[in-house]
Amino acid sequence: MQPGKGRLMITFDAVHKRFPNGTTAVHDLTLEMPEGGITVLVGSSGCGKTTTLRMINRMVDPTSGTIRLGGKDILEQDAAELRRGIGYVIQQAGLFPHRTVLDNIATVPLLLGWGRGKARARAAELLETVGLTADAGKRYPHQLSGGQQQRVGVARALAADPPVLLMDEPFGAVDPVVRTQLQDELLRLQKELNKTIAFVTHDIDEAVRLGDRIAVFRTGGHLVQYAAPAELLARPADPFVADFLGAERELKLLSLTTLAEVPQQRATTVREGEPVPGAGPASSTGSASGTGHHLVISARGEPLGWPSPDGTLLPVRPLRDTDTLLAAVNESIASPTGLVARVDAEGVLTGVTPRETIHEYAGRRHQEAARPDRAPASSRTGADEGTDTDTNADTNADTNAGADEGTAAGADGGTGAGTVTAKDGSV
Amino acid sequence: MTIEWTWISDHAGDLAALTLSHLQAAFTAVLLGLLISLPLAVVAHRVRSLRGFLLGLSNVLFTIPSIAVFVLLLPVSGLTRTTTVIGLTIYTLVVLLRNTVEGLDSVPARTREAAVAMGTRPLRTLLTVELPLALPVIMAGVRIATVMSISLVSVATYIGDGGLGQLFTDGFQRNFPTPVIVGVVLTLLLALVADALLVAAQYVLTPWTRRPRRTGSRSRAGRPDATDRGNHPTDRPNSTDRPGKAAQPGHDGRRPVTERA
Repeated sequence: MQPGKGRLMITFDAVHKRFPNGTTAVHDLTLEMPEGGITVLVGSSGCGKTTTLRMINRMVDPTSGTIRLGGKDILEQDAAELRRGIGYVIQQAGLFPHRTVLDNIATVPLLLGWGRGKARARAAELLETVGLTADAGKRYPHQLSGGQQQRVGVARALAADPPVLLMDEPFGAVDPVVRTQLQDELLRLQKELNKTIAFVTHDIDEAVRLGDRIAVFRTGGHLVQYAAPAELLARPADPFVADFLGAERELKLLSLTTLAEVPQQRATTVREGEPVPGAGPASSTGSASGTGHHLVISARGEPLGWPSPDGTLLPVRPLRDTDTLLAAVNESIASPTGLVARVDAEGVLTGVTPRETIHEYAGRRHQEAARPDRAPASSRTGADEGTDTDTNADTNADTNAGADEGTAAGADGGTGAGTVTAKDGSV
Repeated sequence: MTIEWTWISDHAGDLAALTLSHLQAAFTAVLLGLLISLPLAVVAHRVRSLRGFLLGLSNVLFTIPSIAVFVLLLPVSGLTRTTTVIGLTIYTLVVLLRNTVEGLDSVPARTREAAVAMGTRPLRTLLTVELPLALPVIMAGVRIATVMSISLVSVATYIGDGGLGQLFTDGFQRNFPTPVIVGVVLTLLLALVADALLVAAQYVLTPWTRRPRRTGSRSRAGRPDATDRGNHPTDRPNSTDRPGKAAQPGHDGRRPVTERA
């Protein structure tokens, strides 16, 4: 969703925040967060992103300017009541150590006067929503892992079903594996609940992963760019943003696209335990449209590895259609054959895609994003006209050979080597 | 030094009355001390500029010799139980005020902030979040104040009160050690029992401190403030090792109070 679409949920209008010590935390901020979707506020520390977030639930009041929530000026509302209608998740969860997990989650319902029974019932329900067992409800926060605590923090914020969630570096203190899990969980939950979420992080990868829109702040509280992740990565507004996005920003852009529309071709396979036909360089017994490289698969059809001359298997990291183009580029570099194995949801081989095709799609993806015609702010319209390509049309012709033939042909008993035809990936 | 056991049995009633009177004086003083300390501590905790003044004042009061306190109070309240209780209360303040302020300090800024951000109003935050979390540290102060008061009641013998302390003057004047020994033993027992009861009370009041910490490799991430990034300006004042101490499971709230007791 582009900024500006949908009903406006949170609007900042010429907002300034100066702290008593003289530092300007937020400078002349005008920003619109539409209803639904995740708006990520990102920037290095001291850029005013947290202050901006905390102004939404009046943990900090602006020095001047207006902030509206659902059209109403927040300064005209009672702070405590306003806050009960806004979910808040903070770093390291900020759980109450002296309350059980269930009572932590029930905090806002109890403040709203729901009554203990109803509040607890709702808390128990949310425990499940965020993927915790009922048993965890009776524990105290310190008895949970960091990741579990963070889940409780999210559950607590959702307890009274507020339309708006504020998240202040909620996953900052957990290890990277758990962090990724929690990000996935948040995206899953968001698909279900469709809240208006303002999310603060200093991690650009997290911002790109989660954000529907990203607001980049610079030290001194200046909003430098506010755009969808793809636009931000492809067309940073100035050198500061480009620098903040990092040298690999073009690669990060690839993390926003899945492999689904990248075509695959027939793979030449050999069953596990059977001899690789013509393991020597001289032979070329592979099927006509094959790639010349054999991929060893299990009886179920799962890719196991690429045979090497000394008889061992070199590792293969098969990818699904839901994996990102970035993962495919990565695997195309890692693959000893330059081929990326593609599998279906069950992990069964559907085909392979050569490095060249992946790189071609990656380049095309970047050019599409970099084309400024969709951006209202840019004046470079038409600059990339010459590279304009219609989706799929020209590359499909040469790389999609052998596709559309249906399901796997199965093992051919005679030679031990079989072929698996590629399914059309663009579902 | 021999103990005349018959004296003890002959005076059992008197001893019980003295013990009760002794306990009552100490208990009243601690209770009053708490009632005075709590609001003052909240003020000292909230208003930085008053903090030094209030803590300093309680320290100064503590340095006045106990006998002098009673003498100074004579024109006000005379030779009464009131004088005893006022004197003792003054002494409890230094421990109770300091520990209550430290207890409130020990509440992690993040936890307090979470309460406010959820829409909890200030008084409710104080009563349902800050004081419960400060309880282990406050209770440490209460235990010291109680034991200190129990031992200090005897001094009030100089103004005709003093509970079990009367046994000391009695024994001393008659050169008769039995009452002195009995007085010491009873005072000690009183202090031990009172302390044990307070420990039990704290155990009951702070169930979250006695559940075992989760076992597992990730407990580091689970500990509040273990990996503080300090992004909130409000976190700064508490970013030493202090926040969360009161909330640490297994932490018995014992905290060094260096003043005499």
